[in-house]
Amino acid sequence: MRQIEAQEITRAVKEAAIAANYKVGADLLEAFKRGQEEEESPAGREIFRQLLENARIAFEEGIPICQDCGLCVVFAELGQEVQIVGGDFGEAVQEGVRQGYGEGFLRKSLCHPLTRQNTGDNTPAVIHLELVPGDRLKLTVVPKGGGSENMSRLFMLKPAEGVAGIREKVVTTVREAGPNPCPPIIVGVGIGGTFERAAFLAKKALLREVGQPNPDPELAALERQLLKEINDLGIGPQGLGGRLTALAVQVLMQPCHIASLPVAVNIQCHAARHKEVIL
Amino acid sequence: MTKPLKLKPPLTDQDVMQLRSGDQVLISGVIYTARDAAHRRLVEALAQGQKLPVDFQGQVLYYVGPSPARPGRVIGAAGPTTAYRMDSYTLDLLKLGLKAMIGKGKRDPGVIAALSRYKAVYLGATGGAGALISKCIKAAEVVAYPELGPEAIHRLEVEDLPTIVINDCYGGDLYETGVAQYRREQVKERG
Repeated sequence: MRQIEAQEITRAVKEAAIAANYKVGADLLEAFKRGQEEEESPAGREIFRQLLENARIAFEEGIPICQDCGLCVVFAELGQEVQIVGGDFGEAVQEGVRQGYGEGFLRKSLCHPLTRQNTGDNTPAVIHLELVPGDRLKLTVVPKGGGSENMSRLFMLKPAEGVAGIREKVVTTVREAGPNPCPPIIVGVGIGGTFERAAFLAKKALLREVGQPNPDPELAALERQLLKEINDLGIGPQGLGGRLTALAVQVLMQPCHIASLPVAVNIQCHAARHKEVIL
Repeated sequence: MTKPLKLKPPLTDQDVMQLRSGDQVLISGVIYTARDAAHRRLVEALAQGQKLPVDFQGQVLYYVGPSPARPGRVIGAAGPTTAYRMDSYTLDLLKLGLKAMIGKGKRDPGVIAALSRYKAVYLGATGGAGALISKCIKAAEVVAYPELGPEAIHRLEVEDLPTIVINDCYGGDLYETGVAQYRREQVKERG
């Protein structure tokens, strides 16, 4: 058994949370640059210019990309040959979030759902733990903004509704969201599984690099079709009108019950932050 | 695009009536912040007949919960939050003379209608450009509800804060007109 110290996990989560909030990924920067060239609407081009400028200032001056530094979603793939020592896994992750949001000058955005009292340290993070083969621990820290999360939807379709039904629901979700989730957005779609699994898949789909096609040709074609239909809506950057409402549609799929066709749409704002660390 | 208009609060009816959806507006001077929890407090205080911590007459309200300032800095990132969550509280503040709100995203028809009645305007700032926008903020202090943390009411001094008129006081809505220009035919038919 390979041993990993709990405090190593804490440090990794802390550093990933900070890095994700200050540095826009190279894939997104590339998408913004392309957007600035390709967007037909002058207002939309100006938004892409601002996003590039914002990314530069965030990185160079140490100001978070967005004041909504997100609820931390942590995807953990734990190798089954790993033993965690010196503390428990869940608390190690939470402590990493606590330290990262404190020392990193990040906004604490979590509260009691009913009293609305802020928890004060941005915990608890939402942790998705999967046991996988191997002796490594992969942590992906995803600070998820509230504005785009609010525009996300889950549908339990009838199997008869098929692919056309899926397309209709995804496009309707984006149309109804309009300017609210800070377009240009990335659309994560989870198809299949169960009620909760579809939502998990939709979020996990957001981790793919923007611009990378789906390895499954059938899903790659569906993604292209959905991206076209979404960008035909005309919502554009910040909803001011334009051709680029979404930068990408990213789908994950798994088999479902013969009675069901779950479809989840997780909307991600242009501040698509995620940082991966392997221990 | 035409040259941006410059506005300095407190605003008058005339200031608001010259604005049309799509106009670019640079705000300078003192503005106040409030988001979900502060709105709830304000409206609860009003219902109980208490005096509010801020006089909203002629003021500009920015929907933002900034990230913490580093030592020696004025503020952290400070971009707009989604405005519809404030819709149910907005009428009460418009009645007090609030003249402009800065946020992002759609307002409900009740708020849009009230903008005509009370001669007020809804301005959009670029969502997710929190680092860039923070450069326009020259001073910040918490003036009410410090216990709400990022949701406390701040008094900000801003210089040329860039906004665009989304909803003017004539029913104009940039989210409708802007999108209509770029919507493709097949989508139009489906409505």
